[in-house]
Amino acid sequence: MTQDGAPTSSSTQCSSGKGGTRRRDVLATVTAGVGCAGACALAYPFLDSLNGTRNSRVGEDDTVDVDLSAIPPGQQTVVTWRGWPVFVQRRTAAMLASLQAPGAAQRLRDPESKILQQPKDATNWHRSVVPEIGVLIGICTHLGCVPSYDTPSPADQSGKYACPCHGSQFDIAGRAYKNAPAPYNLPVPPVTMVSETHLRIGLSKGDPDFDIANIQQI
Amino acid sequence: MTERSNSLSEWLEARLPVISAFRREYVDFAMPRNLNYLWNFGAFATIALGLLILSGIFLALNYTPTVTEAFASIEMIDRQVSSGWLVRAIHMGGVSMLFASLYVHIGRGLYYGSYKAPRELLWLTGLGLLLLVMTTAFAGYILPWGQMSYWGATVVINALNSLPVIGKPLAAWLLGGEGLGNTALHRIYVLHFVTAFSIVGFVVLHVAALHVAGSNNPTGIEPAKPDDTVPFHPYYTTKDGLGLCLFLMVYAGLIFFAPDILTLADNYAQANPLVTPRDITPEWYFAPFYAILRAVPSKLGGLLLAAGSLGVLFAVPWLDASPVRSARYRPILRIALPILFLAFIALGAAGMHPPTGFWLWISRIAVTYWYLYFLILLPYLPRVEIPKPLPSSLQEPRG
Repeated sequence: MTQDGAPTSSSTQCSSGKGGTRRRDVLATVTAGVGCAGACALAYPFLDSLNGTRNSRVGEDDTVDVDLSAIPPGQQTVVTWRGWPVFVQRRTAAMLASLQAPGAAQRLRDPESKILQQPKDATNWHRSVVPEIGVLIGICTHLGCVPSYDTPSPADQSGKYACPCHGSQFDIAGRAYKNAPAPYNLPVPPVTMVSETHLRIGLSKGDPDFDIANIQQI
Repeated sequence: MTERSNSLSEWLEARLPVISAFRREYVDFAMPRNLNYLWNFGAFATIALGLLILSGIFLALNYTPTVTEAFASIEMIDRQVSSGWLVRAIHMGGVSMLFASLYVHIGRGLYYGSYKAPRELLWLTGLGLLLLVMTTAFAGYILPWGQMSYWGATVVINALNSLPVIGKPLAAWLLGGEGLGNTALHRIYVLHFVTAFSIVGFVVLHVAALHVAGSNNPTGIEPAKPDDTVPFHPYYTTKDGLGLCLFLMVYAGLIFFAPDILTLADNYAQANPLVTPRDITPEWYFAPFYAILRAVPSKLGGLLLAAGSLGVLFAVPWLDASPVRSARYRPILRIALPILFLAFIALGAAGMHPPTGFWLWISRIAVTYWYLYFLILLPYLPRVEIPKPLPSSLQEPRG
């Protein structure tokens, strides 16, 4: 291979016997191999730097406190936790009744919340720590848009979420309806009730080991 | 299988003859057979440039060009970004390796007369590259927004201001109507990119010019017979490859064992417009020109002499009156030119020391010799110098 480019003029200088040719080929292959290994080693720091900053969250307070007294019944407020929109709702008796209405479960993909989309203390029929207060991460499990909240009206007292992007629908507890593209229920963040009127997002008293990174999909 | 790959290369060849062009210019290309290791330094500079651009792109991903955040983002790259310290060390070390390669490359051109006809454009594009590299390095040094960045930029922009006619508008365009602040930093960041990529374009011109005239060689005698030349591959790929291994070892040593040896501690303090550091020292590669700037007790005079020290290089193909290319056959130039190299090194040392007493006089003597060499020796030396007889071919052993 290395003989290809050798000019006729210098053939007198390098006595290329059969053994000589093979030794050169080995040297050329080893050189190319070591060169490739070097290029890979060089690529490492550049690609590694794309992983971003290390330990940037260490020591940072990762919790958000929400004052519930400002939320009227049937309404919700939106706060930001870890950069995600989090819906905090105060549910009316009619809304809670709609969650347990006969036949409602048949329209849902995962009515029992079997798929890991919430901490253990929210794996219940109302998908929250206390029934009256619902907390959901407002990111559609289809392709990540923020669903809009349809407040309860005289015609439909249950209320629901509808995603503007591709028509996914969720009930008031964030459970995905069948016949719509979203595959999973809306995620529930770790929540602790600090008092009657305050809750803390980012910390779960009932499921301390819960890590939002481990859920099925956000 | 081979048939199919043959037909693929034929298909490509008929539409875009890159394979034959590559073979012609980089495999079979005829090189003088007597090049020494000084001819490696162009390849070194190319490799250093490639690594600078690569590491620069990855640094830019984590850098923020604002006055309030620039310094912190550099600290974040060094301390928090995965392997960020290494990417930055490659970038900072690369600048020194590039300048060192360029200075040797240019010195080799001066010694073997590589600037003489028909290689004037090769020389001029090369010097254009040097100016672009200097602009890029200057702009890049401001980006970390440390004390040296800030005050170096202040001094250079004020110097720019004192140039007649063009100085004020140039400085104003750079600063954008205010002091050295956000607008200026953003423009300098863009300038750093634009000049860096212009360098790549200029390298293409430089190499194209090289491939028209062919490489010079240590005898300065053009190859005449077919066996005066050897193909680029495998002869010079191997020779460049060996040199490159040594080059990369020095580079790696700089990155891993002494990443801070060539940088100044003062630049790890954030820019403070209220306090100038006690000693303003440029990076080593600018030190010779900085020494010239300070050797002259006149604002405009120092500036003109510093700029002129590069300007005379552009005129070298027309200043040198001797028809003999290589200094090997010019007994007086062979002594005068190494003294010029010493003068450049002395200026560099003087630029790193306070301009008083000994160092001031060293820089004054050196800058005088610099101009004496280019303006007096190059044009008039051939009148008195008797060149040694030139060999009939570049293959003749050295006498």
